[in-house]
Order: sequence, then C-alpha cells, then structure tokens
Amino acid sequence: MKVGLFIPCYVDQFYPQVGKATFRLLQHFGMQVSVPLQQTCCGQPMANSGFECESVKTLQHQFSLFADCEYIVAPSASCIMHIREMGEKDYLSPEDKAIAHRFLDFTEFMHRFKLIDQYEGQSQAKVVLHKSCHGLRGMGLGQCSESMTPADNLQLELLKKVEGIQMITPNRADECCGFGGTFAVSEEAISVRMGRDRLQDYISSGAEIITSGDMSCMMHLEGIIKREKLPVKVKHLAEILFESVHLHKKQAQHVASY
Amino acid sequence: MSQVIDHPKNAAIFNKDAERVSWHDKALWHVREKRDVSAASIPEWEELRSLASQIKKHTLSKLDHYLLEFEAKASANGIKVHWAEDAEAHNQIVASILKEAKATQVVKSKSMLTEECGLNHHLEAQGVSIIDTDLGERIVQLAGEHPSHIVLPAIHKKKEEVSALFHEKLQTEKGNNDPDYLTKAARKHLREKFMKAEAAITGVNFAVAETGGFVVCTNEGNVDMGTNIAPIHIACMGIEKLIPKMEHLGVFLRLLARSATGQAITTYSSHFHRPRKGQQMHLILVDNKRTEQLNRPKFRASLNCIRCGACMNTCPIYRRSGGHSYEHIIPGPIGSILSPGKDLKKYSSLPFASTLCGSCSNVCPVKIDIHTQLYEWRQIIGKEQSLNKTKRKINQWTGTLMAKPKAFHGFGKIARTSLRILPDALINNPLNVWGKQRDLPEAPKESFLEWYKNNEQHES
Repeated sequence: MKVGLFIPCYVDQFYPQVGKATFRLLQHFGMQVSVPLQQTCCGQPMANSGFECESVKTLQHQFSLFADCEYIVAPSASCIMHIREMGEKDYLSPEDKAIAHRFLDFTEFMHRFKLIDQYEGQSQAKVVLHKSCHGLRGMGLGQCSESMTPADNLQLELLKKVEGIQMITPNRADECCGFGGTFAVSEEAISVRMGRDRLQDYISSGAEIITSGDMSCMMHLEGIIKREKLPVKVKHLAEILFESVHLHKKQAQHVASY
Repeated sequence: MSQVIDHPKNAAIFNKDAERVSWHDKALWHVREKRDVSAASIPEWEELRSLASQIKKHTLSKLDHYLLEFEAKASANGIKVHWAEDAEAHNQIVASILKEAKATQVVKSKSMLTEECGLNHHLEAQGVSIIDTDLGERIVQLAGEHPSHIVLPAIHKKKEEVSALFHEKLQTEKGNNDPDYLTKAARKHLREKFMKAEAAITGVNFAVAETGGFVVCTNEGNVDMGTNIAPIHIACMGIEKLIPKMEHLGVFLRLLARSATGQAITTYSSHFHRPRKGQQMHLILVDNKRTEQLNRPKFRASLNCIRCGACMNTCPIYRRSGGHSYEHIIPGPIGSILSPGKDLKKYSSLPFASTLCGSCSNVCPVKIDIHTQLYEWRQIIGKEQSLNKTKRKINQWTGTLMAKPKAFHGFGKIARTSLRILPDALINNPLNVWGKQRDLPEAPKESFLEWYKNNEQHES
C-alpha cells in the first residue's frame, strides 16, 4: 500500500527521531512510504487562535502534496483531528474534503489495517500513557473517564503488544497536560501548572517514561522536566514501538546464534 | 465603555498561591469523581443525555409557543406573570412588587439569574434588606463577593476563612473552624431572617408549559422556608428554563443533581403551581439577550444549560484558575460561551481560557458542544476584534509562511541554528513566554525532512 507520511511542522523541526521512527515502522510493515519534502503544517495553530481563514492555504498546500496517496499517516492525533474537522467545512472543494478524510493517525492506521496483530517487540520500560485530549476525545482513541459510552483504548492496546513493558496507571487517567497550542503561551501560568500536576501524577505513580500519540503534549511536559530536572523522560508512542521492535530483533538474533 | 477582562492575568494571580490551587483543584475534582460514580450507576446515562438535549432543542425551536402556553396556564393558576426584556426591567419589576406591598425585608434563595441582573445591589440601593439564604451564597454575600461557582458559590473559601468571616459578621467563636458549628451558627442567623421576611425571592430550575407550574431544586430547604413563611413569592427565571411537559421533568431531575454533585436527586425539588391562600405569587420571565443568543445558530445550544456546574468541575483550567478569574456571573466553560454573546469585547479572553480538551462537552448533561462553541467564538473574535492587530498580523504571516515550504524550511533552519548557538540568556529572555518556566526543545542539527532528503530519498 502506498501511504503518505505527514510529519507535523514542530516534529519535523524539533523531534526528527519521531519522524524517523514512524517512517521505519511503516516500512517495517511493508508500506511504500511517500514523504513529500514540501510539506509544512496542518494549520491548526492559526485556526485555534481564531484565524481559521488564515490557515486554509496552508492546509490546501498539504492536500496538493498528498493527493495521490491512498492514506496519509501522521504521528499526531491532534493534527489529524484538525485536518478531518476542516474536511467538513463547506468552503473546501469535494476533492480536498475527500483527501482530508484519508488522513489517519498512526494508532488508527495500526488498528485499521490490523498491523497491530503483526507487531512483535519487547521492552522493560516503566511507561505511562499520556492520553492527549485530541486523540482521546477528538479521535476516540480511548475511554474518556467522564463519558459513559464504552470505548476501546487503542493506544494502550498497542503498547500492551510490547512484551515485558510495564504500563503504569496514573491517578487521573486523562486530564489535559495544559499544552493546548497557543494556550501554552497565552495562558502561561495555568499551562505550566497543569503540566506540573500531570508530571507529579506520573512520577509518583512510578513511571520512567511518559509516552503519547502527540508530541506536542510531550514538548510541553519535556520543557518542564528539563527546567526542573525531573526524573522522567518523554517519548512518542512510535519511538517506543520502533525501539522495541529493534530490541526484539536483536534478542531473536541472539537466541538464534546459540 | 466596558473594561476588557484579562483572564490570563487573573489566573496568574490566583496561581501565585500554589497550595490554594492544589486545594481548589482537589475539591472540585472530588465532586467530578462523585459525578462519575453517580452517572455510571445509570445504565441509560448517555440515552438520558441525548433525550434531554433533544427536549431542549425542540423547546428552543418553539420557545415563543411554549412561553405563551406557560403564561396562559400559570395565569389561570393565579400566578402573576411578568415579562422583562433585560436586567433593568427585571429589577424594576421586583422593586415595584415590593414597593406596592411595602416590603423591605426580603429573603432570597440561590438564583444565578438575580446575580446576572444585579438584583441585590438594585434593591439595597432602595433601602430593601435582601438576604441570600443558600449557605454558600450567604457566605459570599457577607464577604462582599460574587459566587465563584454556580452550584458551590463559596468553593473558593477555606473553612478557616469562613470561620473568620462569621466571627466578624455573626460573632461566632474566634478560631472555631468546625464546619458543624459554623453551619449551625448560619442556620440560627438565617432562621431569624426567614421569620421576619415579608417577601421571598426564588430562582426557577424548570418551568412546565403544560401545567403552568415551576420547580426549584435545593439541598438546604431554604426555598421552602422562605416561600412558606413570606406572604409574597417572586420567582425569577430566564426564558430558556422552560420544558414542554411534566413528563419531561424526570429526565432533567435525574441529570441535574447527578451532574452537579453526584447526588441521585437534590434533597428538595419544590413544585409550585399556585399561590397558597392569602399569598401573592409572581413569576418574571427574563430575556436579557437570550433571544439574541437564540438567533445565533452556532451558539443556540448554549441555552440548553441547566446550570449544573459539571463543566466547571471537569475543566482543568477552571479548577486551577478559580471562578472569579472569569469575572462573569457564570464562570468556567459554559460561562465562556455565554459571556461573549453579552459583550464580545469585554469577554474576548474567555473563549481562549481553554485547551479545547473537550471534557466539558462530554460531561454536559444536555450535550452542549461547549468546546466547539469556544472554537467558534475564537473565529468571531479573530474576525471582529480590531484591537489585537499584532495577533492578526502574526497569524496572517504564519498562514503565508506555512503555505510556502521553501520559506518555512529556511526559517526553521535559521531558528534551530539560532537555538543551538545562542547563549541561554538570549533565548530564555522575558519576550519568550514559553521559556519563563519551561525549556525549549533541544534543536537538532537536521530536521526530519532534511534527514530524509539526505539519507532516504534516493531509495524511494
């Protein structure tokens, strides 16, 4: 299958390792991956600031790059949610709307094409899953604690496929980390306080690594971790999976050599 | 000219006392957890929410019809029905009823509508003594403050603060922080006010068009104390509180208390249909810009609100910024979609006091799409607000940059290189709000796309 890889702007610039892990994983599952070098951003930062009108050109630019892909995958539920929501807007052409709905978050992609069943990996890490709000409530990737509608925890299921991984359950399962795009700057005090509270919960629950399907939440939490020298690391879900596959392969080779 | 309120600034001030924020957050989270347990005990919870939302949607689509039906039925029952276009008209109606009866001692049950209209201030200026009888409301009234939450008006106050306030105003023992002792003192104090009251003012939780009756929900029984003693009962309601039939009431009563406090039902659900013998019963139907909101299709559903406060309890921003930081009578997520409809300029920071996490919409018992409406208000503010030209310019500029890959990637490279070589003092300067309490991410030498171009492109 030919899939496009959409790497959000800030991931491209600050977290290339997340892009690489996603790219390699897609290759690992036999995908023909197309990476248009002209890609930039989904436009969400402008739209959430109240300037949706200023974001349309940006979005249409991505659509033109991925027009020939069956599916477009991104390691970011938040960007995907935004793109798909924009796909409902009347001012987009029917062609653009159709492309918008071919964008999938990495976790969704793994589940939709049953790649999760082919996954084999191992790790000893103590990991807590930070459910990003857009992944959780916007994309329905997990059970929301306040909702009585049952839902599968797709990201958790993915992580549980990693043999030996220790998943930590925090006190509050799905509270926002306080990133919120431009909120992180416009409401700096609350944003940092929310991040600190999340970190406190994760660290006191015994987590060594915080993971998420959205690097944006991780960027915010990492910023506080580094400033306050807290004993925890952040990694994108795709990084954990990719590293675990790698470790698993090594182990398998090690066993075979005997 | 109305003053523009600055939520980020107010919230930052509240956040200076980290311990108070923790305490405020925990207290409200506790209520949210109680709500979760209570909602989970009803297998048909989500169906109930849908039903409630549909009933509200239907009612709002025929509000004129149901209001006239209600007026006719209520009048036939002997209730005197008044119509008020705005807060001022509402206050004048109340004042004139009291004046005619020469009533100067008034007790009032909790009513967010009278808060919205500024009734207390209006009556006090005319020499009327008006006492809030809900315990939380009485506390904030004695402190000269407004409620910080619509169901828990004094949630921002610790018991030690209530004790000090009661010592000053009600002469209770100094330093006695026992909630039981303080509640009893308030009860004694309020009992005297109830006995002397010449009129009782109440809010309305639900009015039923079919019967012309209305229901007021409380946990303290203060509504019944007031209305059963005083010879005049004045009920004040926003026009959106109407439901068509009695059979719909159960849907809302099951949702209201569970969403608000996790109780199955409020301790008292007091039904009023007609005045008792010798009593006057008035009901004021207040618009105060509700029809304006009704005419905004994207925001109409905000009028579904039954004032349970669940969105406040679940909102991580509300819990950490305190109700007063919103400077609107209805704070939190729901207040942030109601207030811009009243004064767009004044409340323009409130739709941004959210990460759009969506928990408010999930928790709402009448399924108001709160976070979507916050987003929609942002778009209107972006278009109409002329005062923030810098913000507009930045977004225009970003929109153009992101649509031009060469420019964006070039800019990214310069920014990353600068981050790598510039001294920390230059990066984490006061202009960089991100860096005040957080580090910026480490800038890698190569972006992902550069890496791909240099290492992988030839293979594909």
